[in-house]
Amino acid sequence: MKNMTKTGWITVIGMVMLAILPPYFLLNGHAFYMDLALRLVILGIAAVSLNLLLGHGGMVSFGHAAFIGLGAYAVGIPSYHATWGGFDLIASYNGLLHLALAIGVSALFALITGAISLRTKGVYFLMITMAFGQMAFFLFQSLDVYNGDDGLTIDVRSELPFINLDSPMQLYGLSYVSLVIAMLMVKIIVNSRFGMVLQGAKDNNERMVTLGYNTYFYRLTAYVISGAMCGYAGFLLGNFTTFISPDMMHWTRSGELMFMVILGGASTALGPILGSSVFILMEEVLSSFTIFWHLPFGLMLIGLVLFVRGGLMGLFKGKGE
Amino acid sequence: MKPLLEVKGLMKTFGGVAATDNVHLDVMKGEIHAIIGPNGAGKTTLISQLSGALQPDAGTVLLNGTDITNKPAYKRAKLGITRSFQITSLVMGMSVLDNVALAVQANDGHSYRFLKPARSVTHIREKAMESVIKVGLRKRANDKTSALSHGEHRQMEIAIALASDAELMLLDEPMAGLGPTESGLLVNFLKELKGQRTILLIEHDMDAVFALADRISVLVYGQIIATGLPDEIRHNDDVRHAYLGEE
Repeated sequence: MKNMTKTGWITVIGMVMLAILPPYFLLNGHAFYMDLALRLVILGIAAVSLNLLLGHGGMVSFGHAAFIGLGAYAVGIPSYHATWGGFDLIASYNGLLHLALAIGVSALFALITGAISLRTKGVYFLMITMAFGQMAFFLFQSLDVYNGDDGLTIDVRSELPFINLDSPMQLYGLSYVSLVIAMLMVKIIVNSRFGMVLQGAKDNNERMVTLGYNTYFYRLTAYVISGAMCGYAGFLLGNFTTFISPDMMHWTRSGELMFMVILGGASTALGPILGSSVFILMEEVLSSFTIFWHLPFGLMLIGLVLFVRGGLMGLFKGKGE
Repeated sequence: MKPLLEVKGLMKTFGGVAATDNVHLDVMKGEIHAIIGPNGAGKTTLISQLSGALQPDAGTVLLNGTDITNKPAYKRAKLGITRSFQITSLVMGMSVLDNVALAVQANDGHSYRFLKPARSVTHIREKAMESVIKVGLRKRANDKTSALSHGEHRQMEIAIALASDAELMLLDEPMAGLGPTESGLLVNFLKELKGQRTILLIEHDMDAVFALADRISVLVYGQIIATGLPDEIRHNDDVRHAYLGEE
């Protein structure tokens, strides 16, 4: 603990607060704050997954919301069929099946779209990932079985062993632990040999190729890991909101995820969570004043990008970090 | 002696300009082979085709007798070719040691290892440190690369080429931008390497070239106009005419 950096301490303090405050509010009858916390923790997981690509890998993916949507529909579709019949193969309330579907389908979608997208770089990568995201959005919009645009209500949440997702406290516990695990996973991956290659390729791809790394496959692997992780966040989000619609996959949602990561501080551990927290709290506060809350929010973001290097985490950085 | 690298009839044109025009070149095992030529002669273009960064329009490149013409850069690196860059090309956000360690790691099996922290893999770190010490950057090993001077970056380029264990080192103007003292040190260092590695050296610093090279090829407008021992090149009329200028 001696050689913990200043940002390291802030990360620990932030995470401890997230562990204590929301349950405290819930127990004292403020269910609303628990709802906010659940949303920010779940979107935090998605932002952490995006940070692996954007922050550590230099891949600015603009279609990450598609994975959230896929994960959420992996809960909604089997649950819908279990209630209303049809599609016997997956019709079930079994949470483990939902989980496997959420992670599996997201990983597969990441593998296919990543294999194509990663042939491009920079702005082209951004555009093509956005196009794939929109493809998923339009696909689910056109599925009339699941009410297309109007969305789907999940009548029965995923049934998991030992955990009852109908209880906000338990759902929060699961989400919070998942967030911590996701953060640790990214941290471990980034510091591994794989992570060194990923970071090297972000900074200087030509050098890495010259050294003998086929950086394409390293990036693709990171893309699949990130997609699967984001799909998992979708699984939690579906169970939290119990209402899913194609809107979850819209490119503006992907943009919001990017906002969170950049706002909080890309390539830092706490940055994405700080970003999602500020985003959701600001959304809540500003939208209570005006429906045009995006305007002050956007101005704030511009200010931050202009004046603070490295997002909100950049404000906390100690000397020499 | 048998050539380590054979280049036959290499061609590369950019919009009608032949940057590499029917180049034939043999680099023997263990030699330092220098390529000199005026600016714009196509030296870096040639190196890029050897390292795999550029695809030639025609011709073949053989390494140890194997055709590598269509192999991508990362595969050539695995086969034993490394290059340094004329314009420094390093991972600026990482430490000096991390940069060199990446070169060692590239030859230590695949890097799809997700769990163990890379900085705690001792055999990689130690080998990287060896190269860092050899080029004289021991004190800078843990500093961020972007904080180092231009001269130190040039030293890092060499450390990386060393650490990669490659049989063939393609050095693209390693002395570029160095002062006389620094460049003298580098010349001595490369002299020590002689015989251990095969080096294809592109350099403008003629003192360095004549001090180091076993053989020299002269590249002018994409064509090799002469290859020979340093003395032969010094006294070659075509070379004097084309490269050293008319007197």
